[in-house]
Formats: sequence, structure tokens, C-alpha cells
Amino acid sequence: MDDLMTVVDWSRWQFALTAIYHWLFVPLTLGLSLIVAIMESLYLKTKSEKWLAATKFWMTLFGINFAIGVATGIILEFEFGTNWSNYSWFVGDIFGAPLAIEGIVAFFMESTFVAVMFFGWGKVSPRFHLAATWLTWLGASISALWILVANAWMQYPTGMEFDPAQMRNVMDNFWELFSGVAVNKYLHAVFSGWALAGVFVVGVSAWFFYKNRNVPFAVRSTKVGAWVGLAGLLLTMYTGDGSAVEVTKHQPMKLAAMEGLYNGSTGQGLVGIGIVNPAKKWDNNEKEYLFDIEIPYGLSILAKHDPNAFVPGIADIINGIDVNENGDTINTVGYAERIKLGKLSHEALRAYDLARTSHDTAAMEAAEKELRKYYPYFGYGYFDSVDEAIPPVGVTFYSFRVMVILGSYFLLFFMVALFAVYKKDWLQRQKWMQWAAMVSVPLIWICSEAGWVVAEVGRQPWTVQDLLPTKAAISEISSASVITTFWLFAIIFTVLLVAEVSIMLRQISKKSKNNLEIDNAH
Amino acid sequence: MIQRTRGLAASMSNTARKVWSLYYDGFREMTVGKTLWVIILLKVFIFFVVMKLLFFPNILQRDFDSDEDRAEHVRNELLKNTP
Repeated sequence: MDDLMTVVDWSRWQFALTAIYHWLFVPLTLGLSLIVAIMESLYLKTKSEKWLAATKFWMTLFGINFAIGVATGIILEFEFGTNWSNYSWFVGDIFGAPLAIEGIVAFFMESTFVAVMFFGWGKVSPRFHLAATWLTWLGASISALWILVANAWMQYPTGMEFDPAQMRNVMDNFWELFSGVAVNKYLHAVFSGWALAGVFVVGVSAWFFYKNRNVPFAVRSTKVGAWVGLAGLLLTMYTGDGSAVEVTKHQPMKLAAMEGLYNGSTGQGLVGIGIVNPAKKWDNNEKEYLFDIEIPYGLSILAKHDPNAFVPGIADIINGIDVNENGDTINTVGYAERIKLGKLSHEALRAYDLARTSHDTAAMEAAEKELRKYYPYFGYGYFDSVDEAIPPVGVTFYSFRVMVILGSYFLLFFMVALFAVYKKDWLQRQKWMQWAAMVSVPLIWICSEAGWVVAEVGRQPWTVQDLLPTKAAISEISSASVITTFWLFAIIFTVLLVAEVSIMLRQISKKSKNNLEIDNAH
Repeated sequence: MIQRTRGLAASMSNTARKVWSLYYDGFREMTVGKTLWVIILLKVFIFFVVMKLLFFPNILQRDFDSDEDRAEHVRNELLKNTP
């Protein structure tokens, strides 16, 4: 086998590349389908051709995004089977069940109703058409549910029992898959799609204002886009708060990395803006930040909804130190101990295997009992040093701030957009505001992707939290093959992205030159 | 009874015709959709024929015949670099 870390690193880069590209398309599908459904509902309610024109225009852009994005997620499943075969086997039916449901129910639901949505004008009744549009939105949202449930299980594995004979985690409670982590993650991702589509609609409408074309259409679109976006953003913030609480409970190391926090305290502040010190390690006395502006009590409130709560830092977690709600210092299982227990679990698995090959049932039972005792630390057994269990702090810290700062900007963005379009006609008249709205379109994608970077880089080195690190999850494959496919995917996905953007821009430009409402009426 | 069966068959055939016409006319009358379908088909071909067949075999499905063998392989893999 090639150098293990080369294969692991390239496979991680490949997975990151394909997931990031896939996520360029998904949130727009989730949010724009909702906006189109709302517009069509308004058309049916008012019988106004103006709403029909808006529905058809945004439906075209939805269709372009849907067509270019469809099947980009399947690549991730290819990678599971090739690059991450140990992982794929180890997670067993836990991962397989949600993905199978996703494939069968949601995909067919989406593809059926998308056809009615696009081909059904004048062929089916207006009410049936509207139902198909809403069901397309529902199908897309359900599709996201299963993927995010599977992802949440990797962050917080629950509802399963490890079977050493099958070498798989076997699901023993389906409903436990819908943990607090899963529910918050799902809602956070879906609502962020609403916010993203809201910015997209306001940004494209701003171009209509800028060109002074179809202004009444742009006003209507901005109103719907900004309301959906604002609702989506507020709900994203609410569920983001829920996610922070879940991360504190189940992935405290990720939270500490998000904050670049090494030594925690009670009433812990949150760094609003800062530069982490690259020389800082968990076991040296360097300062944590080269520069920082702190929000007092911020992290304690975010993590535990209590301004005086203790939030452990990286060094505290490694040393197994925490403080309970009464303010008493308590010991948790430190990382050196976890590594020791993890290695004991490997020994137990090896003993189980030996007993199995010699058909010694009593020894198998004894080894299995031992394995169950240490299994919660199974993954730590792969580490030689506690340093290996720390995620990349810099990337996690900065991505978190990019997400939060841009998220806060978009709250202001939607409020100003609504005020401007309802009260002041600013969007129609102020060029700088039109430019700001247009420039914000790529920024919302950066914000959304940054959220995923926090979630996925922050949980390193784990593929399955505490149970399977990336270096054990990898297949025995050559790095040359992974590097080749990395660049192939980079080229294919870039071509798809360029195609999407250029087709969309061409459609927007072409349609904007016509009087959308008159065209539609005839 | 026969009349009812005939009626049901006629109604089903009518529905099938409507569904066929929905898709047929829909595809025929597409404008931007034609470009999109070319992209979709090209993409699906590259993903499923080129990438999947040449570069992305399911290693455990390809190399082992039974689930027992697969479990054995994964067990060896997970224990090979441990003390």
C-alpha cells in the first residue's frame, strides 16, 4: 500500500471537493422550490398573470439548477465504496437504510413531480400543477433528510450495537437516528437553503432594477425572496443555536476548535474577530490568539445557555477536566486514557477473532464482553499520541467566523431589502444597493459552504465520532488512482458549474429583455 | 361485469395516453431543456460508465464473494496497524 497518509489525505480532499461542489446545487434546489411554490400559490389565489410570469421565470432557473446538480451526489457514494470501504462496511445498515430510503422514496417523488411541474402547464388542472410544485419542494426536503440523518449519525453514533462477527454496527433502534444532532442538522441545512435562495432571488432581481427592465416583476420577486430568506435565516440561526448545544454535549473537541480555545473557564467569552496563534499547542504556554476581540460570556451562552457555565478548552478535554453545573471540578476520561482503552478494545477484538477461528464459544463470549466495555473508545486505539485527536484548529476557527459574520450580514441584508422595496424604492433607484445585492449572491454560497467546513473539518480526525478515524476507514488503494480521479472530478465539476452559471445568465438576460408579464399573458 | 372491466381498461389506457402525451409533448416543446438534457445525459454517462466502471469499483463487492469474507477482510484491515 502507498504511503497511508497520502491516500487518506487525497481521499479526504477528493471527498471534500465533491461534497463542496454538490452543495453548490442542493441548497438552491431546497430554497428556490419553496419560493416557486409560494409564487404559484399566489397566482392561483389572485389569478394574476403577473404571479404566473414570476412563477415561470424562477421555475426556469430552478430547472437549470436541478438539471445540472442532479446525480452529483452519487459520486460521494462511489467514493464510499472505493476509497472508504472499511468505513462503508463498518457503518453497516445504519448508513445504508437512510440512503436506500432516500433513493427510493424521495428521488422518485422529486423526479415525477418535477416532470409535472415543467411539462404540465395546460395539461393538468391548475390545482394539480400547484400540488406537484409543492410536492417537488417536499421531495427535495425529504431527500435531504436522509442524507443529513446519516451524516448526523457519523457525528453522534447512536441507535446501534457493534457486532464483532459481522464487523458492523447493526441498527437496534431506527428512531434513535433522529437524535437532537440529526434534527438540528437537518433543519439548519434546509433553512439555510431558504436563506440562500432568498439572496439569489433578491440578487437576480437587483440586476433587473439595475437594467431597468421588468421592474414590477423584480419588485414582486424581491418581496417573496426577501421574506422567505429572512424566515429561513432566522430559523437557521435558531437551529444553529441548537446545533451548538448538541456539539457541546457530543463533540466538545469540535466546539473548542471552533473557538480556538485551549484552556476553558466559567463565563467563557466568544471571540468575535481574531487571529489564532499558529504556534499554540495544547501543551505549551503560548497565547491562544495573536489578536482577538471578545464578546464577554458569549461562548458559555452559546454552548450551554448559561453565562456562567464552564466551557472546556482543548487542553482541558485532553486532560479530562470539566466543571459541572454546581461549579465543582470533575474528571472525565482524558485522551491518554482513551487511547489506552481503545487499544484494549482492539486486543479484545483480536481475542474474539482467535476464539472464533478455534470455535471456542466461551472465549468468544468473554472477548465480546470485554470488547463491549471498551468499545466507546475503539477509535482512539489507532492513535499513538493525543495530538492526533485534535482537529485542524485554524480552518475550523476561521470557517466558523466566516459563517457567523456573513450570516449576520445577511440578516441585515434581508431587513434592508424589505425596507427598501416596501418603503423607499431604494432598490429601484440606488445603484450601490443594486450592486450590493448582486455581489451578495456569491457570498451566501461562501457562507453556506463555510458551515459545512466547520461541521466536517471540526470533527476530524473522525469518520465516525470516537469509533473510526479516517486513517482506519480508508481502503487499500493506490494514491495515484485517487489523485487522478481528484483532478478528473475537479475538471468535470468546474465545467458543470461554468455551464450552470452561463446558462442561467443567458436565460436571465434573454428573458429580462422581454416584457415577462405580457409574454406570459399570450 | 365485462362492461365494467372494459370501462376500467379504457380509463387506464386513457390515463396512460395522457401521461405519455405529458412527457412526449414536454420533451418536444423544450427550449433550454434540450441543452440541459444533453448535459444530464453526458454527465450520467461520464459518472456511471467512465468513472464508476474504470475508477470506482465497490472494492468489497468486487474482491469478496460472501459477507463473511468481507467481514474477515475488514477485521484484518482494522486490526493490522494496531499493537
